[in-house]
Amino acid sequence: MKRLSDERAKILFEKLSKYIGTNVKQLIDRPDGTYCFREHKDRVYYVSERILKLSECFGYKQLVCVGTCFGKFSKTNKLKFQITALNYLAPYAQYKVWVKSSFEQQFLYGNHIPKTGLGRITENAGQYQGVVVYSMNDLPLGFGVLARSTTDCKTADPLTTVCFHQSDIGEYIRTEETLF
Amino acid sequence: MGRKAEYSEKPKKGPGRKARKQGPPVFRKKSFAPMEEEDKKLSHRQKQRFVKREQKKVVQKAKLQEKRAKGAQKQPQVRRKTAYNSDSEPEEEVEAQEASSDEEVPQLVPAPINTKSAAPKGFTDDNDAWLKPKKGKKLPEPESEDEEELEEDSEDENGLEAAESAEEDEEEEAEDDDEDDEEEDSDEDTAQVGKLADLSDDEANSDDDFDISGDEDAAEAESDEDDDDDDDDDDKLPIERANKKLKKREAKDAQLAEEEMQMTVDHQDVFQLPTEEEKTEELTLQQVQQRIKDVTLVLSDFKKYRQADRSRGEYIELLRQDLCLYYSYNEFLMEKLMDMFPLTELMEYLEASEVARPLTIRTNTLKTRRRDLAAALINRGVNLDPLGKWTKVGLVVFNSTVPLGATPEYLAGHYMCQGASSLLPVMALAPQENERILDMCSAPGGKGSHIASIMKNTGTLFANDFNRDRVKAVQANFHRLGIVNAIISCEDGTKFRNIITGFDRVLLDAPCTGTGVVSKDPSVKTTKSEVDVQRCYNLQRKLLLSAIDCVDAKSKTGGFIVYSTCSVLPEENEWVIDYALKKRNVKLVDTGLNFGVNGFTNFRQHRFHPSLNLTRRYYPHTHNMDGFYVAKLQKFSNTIPLTKEQQEEDEKQLDAAIEAEAASAAESATEGEAEKETEAGDKVPRKLLGKRAGKPSLTDIEQDLKKKKLEESKTKYVAKVFEKPVKAPKQPKPEKPQEEKAALSNGNGSSKAEGKASKKRQQELQKVKKTPETDQKVPKSESPSKVSKPTVNGGASPATPERKQNLKKSATPKTPSKLVNAPHEDKVPLLEGKPIKKQNNLKKKQVGQLKKSKASGKEGKKQKFKK
Repeated sequence: MKRLSDERAKILFEKLSKYIGTNVKQLIDRPDGTYCFREHKDRVYYVSERILKLSECFGYKQLVCVGTCFGKFSKTNKLKFQITALNYLAPYAQYKVWVKSSFEQQFLYGNHIPKTGLGRITENAGQYQGVVVYSMNDLPLGFGVLARSTTDCKTADPLTTVCFHQSDIGEYIRTEETLF
Repeated sequence: MGRKAEYSEKPKKGPGRKARKQGPPVFRKKSFAPMEEEDKKLSHRQKQRFVKREQKKVVQKAKLQEKRAKGAQKQPQVRRKTAYNSDSEPEEEVEAQEASSDEEVPQLVPAPINTKSAAPKGFTDDNDAWLKPKKGKKLPEPESEDEEELEEDSEDENGLEAAESAEEDEEEEAEDDDEDDEEEDSDEDTAQVGKLADLSDDEANSDDDFDISGDEDAAEAESDEDDDDDDDDDDKLPIERANKKLKKREAKDAQLAEEEMQMTVDHQDVFQLPTEEEKTEELTLQQVQQRIKDVTLVLSDFKKYRQADRSRGEYIELLRQDLCLYYSYNEFLMEKLMDMFPLTELMEYLEASEVARPLTIRTNTLKTRRRDLAAALINRGVNLDPLGKWTKVGLVVFNSTVPLGATPEYLAGHYMCQGASSLLPVMALAPQENERILDMCSAPGGKGSHIASIMKNTGTLFANDFNRDRVKAVQANFHRLGIVNAIISCEDGTKFRNIITGFDRVLLDAPCTGTGVVSKDPSVKTTKSEVDVQRCYNLQRKLLLSAIDCVDAKSKTGGFIVYSTCSVLPEENEWVIDYALKKRNVKLVDTGLNFGVNGFTNFRQHRFHPSLNLTRRYYPHTHNMDGFYVAKLQKFSNTIPLTKEQQEEDEKQLDAAIEAEAASAAESATEGEAEKETEAGDKVPRKLLGKRAGKPSLTDIEQDLKKKKLEESKTKYVAKVFEKPVKAPKQPKPEKPQEEKAALSNGNGSSKAEGKASKKRQQELQKVKKTPETDQKVPKSESPSKVSKPTVNGGASPATPERKQNLKKSATPKTPSKLVNAPHEDKVPLLEGKPIKKQNNLKKKQVGQLKKSKASGKEGKKQKFKK
């Protein structure tokens, strides 16, 4: 567990703000103690400082995971959020997309969302805005990036992709081996 | 539409002739009461027949008187004949009588009798005079008047009317016989019922049979009696008599049936043990099942059903074999189970183990509520119900149209597929918020996540598992279920006390043989052996001691340890707890689970601590969940009742046991391989070398070699005892010997001012049973530290010849097994730069990662990763 380098911290917060905007602040300043981001084997973990301290007694190899894993830095220093970040992204998300229940299953298999599968969408979302995808009964299913702005969506062809798939909870099953 | 026609006929009124209507039937009560039938009017035909009968009677009486007047002496044959007659059908007899006596009324003789008379009953030739047709043992009922008459009549014929044709005579006889045949049943009836009177009658009759000449008077008297009897009979109607007969017959049938039942039961009960030849025969499963039932029956009341010359052991042996065959268990496990359960319960257990337990899920209270989850799942076409009153988070799934492990709710972490039994240890643990809790063997994270959800993501949860692959599952599950207060580590549980202590609660769901989850994994039935169990319980003991050490007894809210296994064997449950009770300052407390079977306080020859009845056992047949064991311990003092030396000794004992078992397991695994002795010669010493090099504290050894030797001889006992399982796997030893050993070794330890390392080394030495002299020298020079590793490599080759010799010299029984191991270990060091570490690593792998030696463990791991 080590502190993120300035560069990586910057990348992380930029990425976070894409999904939850100014709510990043709420991740840092919490009423229930200090939470911090730490890096362990190129993965970013978000964890309470109290727990972090306790984890220090484990060796580098033996420590597997502390708190919540947000994502992984690639070798080119790009951060990719994992589905495990959804726990924190979903409650703070500013832009949301709801998929129809008929498309729910398809999204969980990793497909992009076409306009036909779109149930609802937050107003005023711009193109390439990070969004959290919900099912119609408000179950967070994953997150992605809007392919079209909200206004464009209204005029778009039914089969055009509205939202690019980035991660979905189906990955817990599909890629359990490679997830960690 | 007009008026509606009325079709029902109205009764006509008014004057004129009315159609006659038949009145309702009227029954005379008398018709049902045969007693007063006398005055019943006879029909025309009946009257005619009655008149004829009367006439005959008159004729007969006249004849009789005539005979008496003549004062005829009796003929034996005739006498005999009367014996066969019975009274039941007087009319017929009368008719027959008529036929015989007066030929001029042939139409009265019924045709069937004539046809029957063809039956070869009498003797057609002249012998007829003295020969009698042989009859069964039938004995007559009290004779009727008619018979008497008939008797007299025939006497007449034989004795006086000798002129009458033989044919007639014969016919007569045949008729009599026929009648006898017809009435046999009734005769037997009475005979069977066995009244005293009958018996006396019989005797009288038989007397008649044999000495007929002198018994005229007696016979007369008898006949008089019979007459009285007959008068009664005569009063009754045929239907009454028939009824009487029927009743008798029914009674007889009932009795016979009862006897037959008794007979068959008796026959069944006498189950014959198969002979040697029969044992080799192939049996169908049905036959085996039947035999199981039979033997069970015999054993249920052994005194009654046993074969006199067979012992109970033989029956039990047979039963075990059959059960093994029928349920495909191996002998070892079946024997254990038979020790644990009484027979009837055993059968239930085995049957229940064949059936899969219902699928249960646990609601993740961090994300949803049970009611909401149930509603959501029902919408998806899942049929479910709450699991029971004892849990608020469990749901049992009866059937489902969707795969339960892939619904969006599952993926969103609203529930976890988990056996009902795995809820129990967490309930027993009763975690509180803001506690520090350790789940020592957590994979795949079901119980761990349960703990976290009860703590509501507060406090800290340490989830540890030794298997790195399985840790991934813990990680995935925790993230899916939204648990954020967890630290997931991949440590050796037995070393955990060296890493961090001061936990409020520790859950140890120890690795076990899994004998309780046979329905999930049927391979358990055949694969587990004595060695597996031993290995498990040694590891479990170590883990439990470690878990206890991790707990802080001064914790305000806790200080509890919950130990659970999914095994039903007492070796892995009660014994382990009993061991811990002796080694640490812990006591058993109530688990807080209000159902389940109490743990054993004594099992066969073993006596456990009486408080072990506070632990809980769960069986598939009684609770419909996997076989499970839960014990809750409270630590009341952080001090350890044993001295450091003792602890180390314990540690070593367990280590040694595990290692030895591991070695034996490896042996058995590689047994099939061909071995070369020369190669092997190299290996054994190498292995030794590797082990020693891994230990950091070998420097001590250098300093006092002589002391070591001395101690060696003293501590030999300890080492030997723990080799036992390798040599001849027997029943795991009860606690006592170990303690004795500990005491013994303690004495040694205190007397010597030596380090543990030396002892350990000695044990290893002894294990391999080498002559220590030369061997010890080799490591002595090399061992000191990791720095000297290269030299080890270098030195290894020159040292080998020496060792070979040693090995050959000391041809102990153990060496061959070591040789078998050898090939693996030889190759690796050559391939890799660091032979010693590699050896450790390899060995570990073979063992199935059961044991890491303290120092070498880390190194080994490092290498693994490099690979």
